[in-house]
Order: sequence, then C-alpha cells, then structure tokens
Amino acid sequence: MASAPSPEVLRAPLVVEFPFTRSLGPVQSAFLTGLRERTVLGVRTGDGRTLVPPVEYDPVTAEEIRELVEVSDTGTVTTWAWNHEPRRGQPLDTPFAWVLVKLDGADTALLHALDVPGPDAVRSGMRVRIRWADERVGAITDIACFEAYEGGDAVRPAPHSGEFADPVTGIVAAARLDYTYSPGRAQSAYIGALAERRTVGERCPSCRKVYVPPRGACPTCGVATAERVEVGPRGTVTTYCIVNIKAKNLDIEVPYVYAHIALDGADLALHARIAGIPYDQVRMGLRVEPVWTEGGRFPDHYRPTGEPDADYDTYKELV
Amino acid sequence: MAPRKPSVMRPAREVAIVAFGQTRHQRSTDELSEVEMLMPVLHEVLAATGLKTSDIGFTCSGSSDYLAGRAFSFTMALDGVGAWPPISESHVEMDGAWALYEAWTKLQTGEADTALVYSYGKSSPGSVRDVLTRQLDPYYVAPLWPDAVALAALQAQALIDAGDTDEPALAGIATRSRASADANPHAQRGSSAGQGDYAVRPLRRGDCPPVGDGAAAVILAAGDRARDLCERPAWIRGIDHRIEAHALGVRDLTESPSTRLAAERAGVFERPVDTAELHAPFTSQEVVLRKALALGDDVEVNPSGGALAANPVMAAGLIRLGETAARIHRGASDRAVAHATSGPCLQQNLVAVLEGDAS
Ligand SMILES: [Zn+2]
Repeated sequence: MASAPSPEVLRAPLVVEFPFTRSLGPVQSAFLTGLRERTVLGVRTGDGRTLVPPVEYDPVTAEEIRELVEVSDTGTVTTWAWNHEPRRGQPLDTPFAWVLVKLDGADTALLHALDVPGPDAVRSGMRVRIRWADERVGAITDIACFEAYEGGDAVRPAPHSGEFADPVTGIVAAARLDYTYSPGRAQSAYIGALAERRTVGERCPSCRKVYVPPRGACPTCGVATAERVEVGPRGTVTTYCIVNIKAKNLDIEVPYVYAHIALDGADLALHARIAGIPYDQVRMGLRVEPVWTEGGRFPDHYRPTGEPDADYDTYKELV
Repeated sequence: MAPRKPSVMRPAREVAIVAFGQTRHQRSTDELSEVEMLMPVLHEVLAATGLKTSDIGFTCSGSSDYLAGRAFSFTMALDGVGAWPPISESHVEMDGAWALYEAWTKLQTGEADTALVYSYGKSSPGSVRDVLTRQLDPYYVAPLWPDAVALAALQAQALIDAGDTDEPALAGIATRSRASADANPHAQRGSSAGQGDYAVRPLRRGDCPPVGDGAAAVILAAGDRARDLCERPAWIRGIDHRIEAHALGVRDLTESPSTRLAAERAGVFERPVDTAELHAPFTSQEVVLRKALALGDDVEVNPSGGALAANPVMAAGLIRLGETAARIHRGASDRAVAHATSGPCLQQNLVAVLEGDAS
C-alpha cells in the first residue's frame, strides 16, 4: 500500500462573525425604544399577568398580546449566580452576578448582570435597581446592569401607549465565534501535498475509486479510505460554465470559464478556472494542466496542454 | 407530588433499538475529521446487526453547524454512510435523540422497517460555552452572552433557595456519576476528577460536563425484523418530547413540566422502572429530572456515568437512549427510562420507555 506516514495534522484559526439584522414587532419595538428613554414596558396577558421582558404571544395560551404597561426600574432578585471570570461580550468586565430580576409591577423575571463587590453581597430576594447605560440605542444593553437598592416594592404597572418619537424598528445582533479549525488526517495530507505542488487523493479499498480531494471516506461505499494516490498534474475538462458576473473582491476579468476537471488517475472531478485560451474555445474533453503562481497554495488556474482532446468515453463516467 | 393519572400515547407499531455504538469520547480529536470520527461507530452498529447500508430503510442524523463553525457540515458526515445508490435520509439540527424520534415516526408510518440514526459533535474546535449562547433569544438574552454554565448556575441557585438540594448534595451526584463512569470505557472523565473550584457559583467544575468530541449510532427495527436482528431487542414502548417557553424568567426553573408531560405520554408512570439514563449535563439538572420523573432511590440513575462523565454535544442525548438499550440487550435492565434534553436549563425534553421481553 502506497500510504505514507500521516503528516502533521493542520490547524488554523477560524473566525465566524455575523451581524444579524433583525426587525422588531410592535411589542419588542416599544420595549427596546422604551429602554432608550429609560422606561421599562411589559405586556399584559389575558389572565392579567405582566410579562417583562414582553413578548407578542402569550406563552401559555399562544394568544396575541399587545396591551403595554409601564413597570418600575426597581425589582427583586429571584435567583443569581456568581460569575468570577467574565467572558467576552458579557455586560461587565469585572466579576459580577448573573441575576433574574422581577421588576416591581412585573410577574416574570428579566435576565441581566448585577454589579456588586462579591458573592457575599448578593442573595435571592435582594432589592436592585437598573443602572442605565450612558449611551442608549434601543437594545437590551441599554440596561448597563443592575445595582443594589434599598427601597420598597409597592408599585403597580401603569398603562402605557408604547408610543415614542423615533421608535426603534430593528436591532443588529452582532455575533462572533472563534474556532481552531482542523481538517483531519485526509485533508491535511491533501493540503500538505499541495504545498509541494502535488495533488494526492485516496483510493477506496472497496470500489477502488480515487477521490480528490480526499475526505477519509468513500461516499459511495461508506468505508474509510487510506491508500494515498498521486494524481494529475494533467487532466480533462468534463464540463464547464462561462461566468459573466464579476464577483466582489475577485480580480478576474469577465467572462471567464469555470470547469470541472478530472485529473489523470482521479475518479472525481474537481473544479477550477480555465485560462490561456479564449473563453468561447473551452470545450469538454480539453486537456489542461495547472498553473502555479509564486507562493500560491493551490493552482491559480488551468491552461491547455496542447494535446489532442480526450475521447468522450475516457471521461463520460465523471461528467 | 404524586404523578397525575397518565394519558399514554401508545405506538401503533412495535419498534426497538437493536444495536448501539459510540466512540471513546475525548477532549480533542484534531487528527480526525467529523466523518473520520463517525465512521467506525456506523460500522459497529451495521456489523452488530449484519445489515448493509442498502438494507437500511431510513437514515436520520443530528448535529450542529455552530459546533463545527461550518455550514452544511452534516453533508460531509454523510460520506461515512455510503449514500449510493440513493438512500432515504434526513437530518435534524439537534441532538441525535430527536433524530431517533424522527426515525421512530417514520417506522410508525410503515414506510420503513429499519432505521440508522447517528449523531456527532466536535466541541474541541470552538468554545462550546459561547457557541450555545447562539441558541438563546436573540433580542433580549443573546446580546448579553450568558453562557450555558451561567444559566445552569442560576437554575442550581433556585434549587438551593427552594431547599431542593445544596452544594454537598450536588457534589454527591458528581462523585457518584464519575465513579460509575470508571466502568464505562467510552467515558471521558472518571472518579479521579475532583469537584474543583467554582465555574459559576454555585456550580463547581465537577458539577459541569467535560467538553469533548464524540459520536453515537443506533439501529432501530420494527416487529419481527427486530427479533431477527437482536437476541433481546430494547422495545420503545413509548416516546414523547415537549418544550417550554424560551424566556427563562417565565419558567419555574426548579420544575420540569415538559419532562413530566413527556413522561406521562410515554407511559413512564404505568409501572416501575429499574434504570434511568438522564441527560443532565449539570448535577443540579439531575435533581430537577428525578423530581419530574418521580424516580425513587431504588432506580439506578446513569450507570454509564451520564453527561457529567462525557458530554459530546448533539450525541449525549442519543447516547442516553443507546446506553439504556444496551443494558436491556445484555439483560441488566427490564424496564428503563431514557431522557434527552436541549436548550438552556432543560427547556426541551424527550422521554422514552424501553423494555426487554420477559426472559
Ligand atoms: Zn468505494
């Protein structure tokens, strides 16, 4: 078997970032706009409970609910947890308590942070008050955190129209997750070989097909592949398309040709750009070879070899 | 609290788990892609039954792109199944226990007699505490980035305030689970691990699950097909799943009414069970689940070590069903309850009753 000892498995940082833009319904819009104006709104359910933060549908009856009321910015801790190592994105960067707070006038609790010196300064039942952020935009983070408060709780929710000048109608929910990506054994070997301008695939022990790029499994037989096989560098265009739309941040003049290429010895076509020939002369069966650029980690494109076209029967299984 | 009179939903068709396989769960499996990690487990269950992929009537998987950091990651894992000629296949972006539920439903329709269910999760590339914040309410909660441990800690404190448990009792659950895991070659963490420092008070490191990578697979079969494939099939006598409001502040975190209702529908309370595999990634959640399922001290809870000993996210729930079935297969249990959870603080819960034929 031609399999070489496994090269070192590759790993690299991978950051996934996305700014989800979300629209708000009438109730969420009123609540978040209210926070911007230092006003906390709840919503009344059919059975007379006040939900804070408010939702548009009753969690018990699924009835649509719209009746807004104003509650207090003071409340009572219903449960807590001491977070001695704040993580990225959390409300405070110094140790704090996570708390569920039932605001005065509300029947349900809101999750947020409580700024107190240590775990001995927090208990369920303690009285707290909202500390507003200096700059408020209409988001849950307009509440900077809660802080300790000495005072009673005799507050009734008051009716509120929910109307404000310049209401917030959407939020941008920014998210970022950090990963260390590792492609596993088979793909590490593939990428490692590309660094030497070679292309390797893996042969299925059952159907004998050679997969490029290899993923460590034969998708047809569902068995592991391990036998490493060098393929190419030349190959045959099995099918292609002409791209007429210029991609953002891609410095290639249109029109250009993108093709499936069956490298010699491979049983799966990979895809790449074809250049070095007018776009309207690219054809099925065209014989091509890779063109590497200085420092490139994979072929920049493929160009014609000048050989006669391959016979259709030699690649028809791969179209 | 005494169980209400159960309103049991009886399955139309006898369906059993006939084979179960899982990986040795590990903190990190850099050298393996997901399909490379999964494939030996798929081969194990196929070999146990003598079935080939082409014999399987329906295939269903569970996993999450957020763990992998890649879109459509499940399509690559499908390479390990052998999907040619074309197979009947589906995927849930959830724990594999819910994939099993979909497969069980398919078998109930009569459209298939056998099903392959698998799930996998690699938590090692990212930070699972941060990843799980992305399943929270995106308007009011996710922008605060409360991680899964923090939310579980809020629930634990609520239980302590209610007098349902205390820190020594939680430590006892952790110690018992890890000691049980010593006998489980697949587990990641055993009795040598201590309780450690606070992760988020009142939960210590030992009250929280280990972060790890792993995969699991089961094969389901209906009626006589199950008897052909397995000496003592683990019959799914009932299965149900229920969900609660997503807003944490609306719920009473010391109770799990969704577990209770799913258990009633699945028939848990009809007769005693001898074993319970509970998907409780945090010690405090076992307290809630024992109460919801009305489990007495005579029931053996998490003999595998449970999620406190190995918690491959997206597979840990399916493993509870698989571990329960494996005990029935080898005659160590006659009637058992298996449970899986999803979402923060036990928001969603799936409950199944598994039985072996009287010997
Ligand atoms: Zn093959």
